[in-house]
Amino acid sequence: MQPAEPAVPAGSRAAGAARVGAGGTLHAPASAPTPARHQRRGALHPGAWWLWALALGTAATRTTNPLLLALLVAVSAYVVVTRRPHAPWSRSYGAFVKLALAVLLVRLLFTTLLGSPIPGTHTLLTLPEVPLPDWAQGIRLGGRVTAEGLTFALYDAMKLATLLICVGAANALANPSRLLKSLPGALYEMGVAVVVALTFAPNLIADVHRLRAARRLRGRPDRGVRGLLQVGLPVLEGALERSVALAAAMDARGYGRTAQVPARVRRTTAALTLGGLLGVCAGTYGLLTAAGGTYGIPVLLAGVAAAVAGLWLGGRRTVRTRYRPDRWDARAWLVTASGATVAALLLLAAARDPAALHPGVIPLTAPTLPLWPAAAVLVGLLPAFVTPAPDPVSTKEPS
Amino acid sequence: MIRFEDVSVTYDGAAEPTVRGVDFEVPEGELVLLAGPSGVGKSTVLGAVGGLVPHFTGGTLRGRVTVAGRDTRTHKPRELADVVGTVGQDPLSHFVTDTVEDELAYGMESLGLAPDVMRRRVEETLDLLGLSDLRSRPIATLSGGQQQRVAIGSVLTPHPEVLVLDEPTSALDPAAAEEVLAVLQRLVHDLGTTVLMAEHRLERVIQYADQVVLLPAPGEAPLLGAPADVMAVSPVYPPVVDLGRLAGWSPLPLTIRDARRRAAPLRERLAGREIPDRTPSPSATLPAPPARRPVTSRWRRRRKHPETPPAPTPYAAEVRSLAVRRDRVQALRHVDLTVSPGETVALMGRNGAGKSTLLSALVGLVEPSAGSVRTGDAVPHRTAPRDLVRRVGLVPQEPRDLLYADTVAAECAAADRDAEAAPGTCRALLSDLLPGITDDTHPRDLSEGQRLTLALSVVLTARPPLLLLDEPTRGLDYAAKARLAGILRALAAEGHAIVLATHDVELAAELAHRVVLLAEGEVIADGPAADVVVASPSYAPQVAKVLAPRKWLTVAQVREALA
Repeated sequence: MQPAEPAVPAGSRAAGAARVGAGGTLHAPASAPTPARHQRRGALHPGAWWLWALALGTAATRTTNPLLLALLVAVSAYVVVTRRPHAPWSRSYGAFVKLALAVLLVRLLFTTLLGSPIPGTHTLLTLPEVPLPDWAQGIRLGGRVTAEGLTFALYDAMKLATLLICVGAANALANPSRLLKSLPGALYEMGVAVVVALTFAPNLIADVHRLRAARRLRGRPDRGVRGLLQVGLPVLEGALERSVALAAAMDARGYGRTAQVPARVRRTTAALTLGGLLGVCAGTYGLLTAAGGTYGIPVLLAGVAAAVAGLWLGGRRTVRTRYRPDRWDARAWLVTASGATVAALLLLAAARDPAALHPGVIPLTAPTLPLWPAAAVLVGLLPAFVTPAPDPVSTKEPS
Repeated sequence: MIRFEDVSVTYDGAAEPTVRGVDFEVPEGELVLLAGPSGVGKSTVLGAVGGLVPHFTGGTLRGRVTVAGRDTRTHKPRELADVVGTVGQDPLSHFVTDTVEDELAYGMESLGLAPDVMRRRVEETLDLLGLSDLRSRPIATLSGGQQQRVAIGSVLTPHPEVLVLDEPTSALDPAAAEEVLAVLQRLVHDLGTTVLMAEHRLERVIQYADQVVLLPAPGEAPLLGAPADVMAVSPVYPPVVDLGRLAGWSPLPLTIRDARRRAAPLRERLAGREIPDRTPSPSATLPAPPARRPVTSRWRRRRKHPETPPAPTPYAAEVRSLAVRRDRVQALRHVDLTVSPGETVALMGRNGAGKSTLLSALVGLVEPSAGSVRTGDAVPHRTAPRDLVRRVGLVPQEPRDLLYADTVAAECAAADRDAEAAPGTCRALLSDLLPGITDDTHPRDLSEGQRLTLALSVVLTARPPLLLLDEPTRGLDYAAKARLAGILRALAAEGHAIVLATHDVELAAELAHRVVLLAEGEVIADGPAADVVVASPSYAPQVAKVLAPRKWLTVAQVREALA
């Protein structure tokens, strides 16, 4: 455990630290942190993590080979374990892994109960079959459970589970609120609303814990559904009060200050945004109907362009600036490229050697690990080496 | 810099104005303290500076408030954001972002400062407040003192000319409070920032104030003056002023140093006198033993065979080599503590030292990872809540957590049911402790002190021999604190064992027979209050510092000895 109150470095205190300089700004004491500390630690662009994880997920959809899928999960898990920051949001990885396991189990359960379209000869067990009326033809309840059917279901479910775990990896590695900060200026206020909502969820959970503990102090059972329901109202009241207090604090700190924009610019912004959205709708309609093949794409493109211009112009109304925006640097390119390479190579492999990526279930054979696709998956480990390590563990200090 | 011109504020639905006739001016670069009992409208006056009253809270403001020449009638809070920085009572509800560095930058981003300016100021502020090691930490993982410093830092970065703080040190341990006050002092002296703050714990802040604005009673016009002059007439005053008044010193000393210089005659007068003894009276007897119910807990039902009736212990609480882990953190290690009936023990230590965890272990909210906890004859975390309330009661840090009902009467009825006590027990207790609360009041409308007393009555309904209080004096003014001290002393005399976790050294000096100091989850000192608190400069009460080397702890002791 770390000491709760870090001692202020003796130097900064003794020096009185702050001296008034030109323009009334504060000067940092001479013992300022070294420049290396000024780098935002683990500051890979959150978008890069998302692209990397989604690319791994795409690769997972190209194969049902359990060994390759397990390798994909291992690769993403390794990167998560070595590179996730010690922050509340990065705990979501465990939740995603549990969800993936649940998907796996549910799929196997359904195959067992409802049977499988895969014909098979290796009968594992026979459940009593429920006779169904004629109109329910094609549906079976109970009956033979074959090894082939179960294996096929397992492979299929593993694909989905891997995809989920990859999304979980992105959630654990990239701070969701930093991703929202990359939104264009005109959408800033919406982004803040989402960030506030994101920080509120953990607070709500903490409130529920605290109030359930308080129920115990009153001599009422602190477990069970009733206990949870009875704290519902106080929790909501608390959340409401906190949001009012937060709104006041945000207002007092300048949230919602807007710049004076000439009326002409305002009108142009509205026209561009509205026109752009209309264009997008019309273009999509054109693309989807047979008759509009010719005008579909150009109208869609024009609509998108107008909408983007509208957003850009709308951004001029906000006076706010950005503190240390995440830069899309070489490391971000490397991380994205490693993910893209995995996806591309597996796409290629799936086209050239489909048998290796989709091991057969009839007849039942043990899957083999195809060498080249496996090597391709390992490229996805690159982020574990090119991104900076997270800060050492930061622990919650009880108050 | 800040100018109130005959201001009165009436909230919607209130018959009387909350504050009236407020007319004063705060010159540039001064630290002005807003003092007064609870409920006189200190927060309203503070809110009016930043424009939150009335723009945000509603209500009617008469008169005129100007800050740096801007009238708050025509400027909304967001348009004052560059000149006024406001930090409210609860730092957690102030944070918009999730990491320290982003939080410091947030205000500047809203004001549209240039990126290089923002970068420089964030670094400066991190150093100024000693936060540079925490820069990338999620705010939720910081301790109370760290959060308070981040909250102050977050309003400092836009370089406001005026800083408004509502109880900045209430939740902090003495050392963290001094750190925050040192920062404020530095801002006032080096940057010429104007600071207006309200604080109940005058002993911590009065020596830093250039002027004091006293709101003597609800609806009364404020009094502005030099701290010593105002303290001479104020209904709220720190112990050092109390001692000064007792000794008839004029002008009144506000700091320990001033008081020590003039205390020589007083020390001489006290030299031959006995310090009033405060050990628990041996005649104290336990309250009636709690009724045993046939089946005590699920656990006992399951393991009935090896169960032998527990040997009666002489202690109300007994903790042996207790260790607790919470979220991968070793919150307590190897703690030994015994509390006898009739004894009052104060748990002290900095924020995060494990005080609350120890209290939670005593009521079974956390399970020990090693060692044992017993409260009377029960093992708390294995006893059903229904039985446990008759052995130990905890008033949590936020007494409101204990209260669910819409009215005081309903709350008391529910408490009687929970404790299986005779109907009316809780209500009778409450009327005893605090006369004048009507049945149909909503617990939310009570003042902090009243709410604490209500929660205390709810807990006492089950007559637990062991009573625990977590930070009971947060937000209480001196009158409410004195009333609480009286109640707790009476309970101890009846034989209740009391354990309080507190940062309030004056309360500990007033009440505790024994003080236990915790640091990093370990007991570092355990002994009679006089010995432990006097030995440590940050935990010594003001009277002890003034009258050292003898161990006088409170003004009441001195008064008694002189009488």
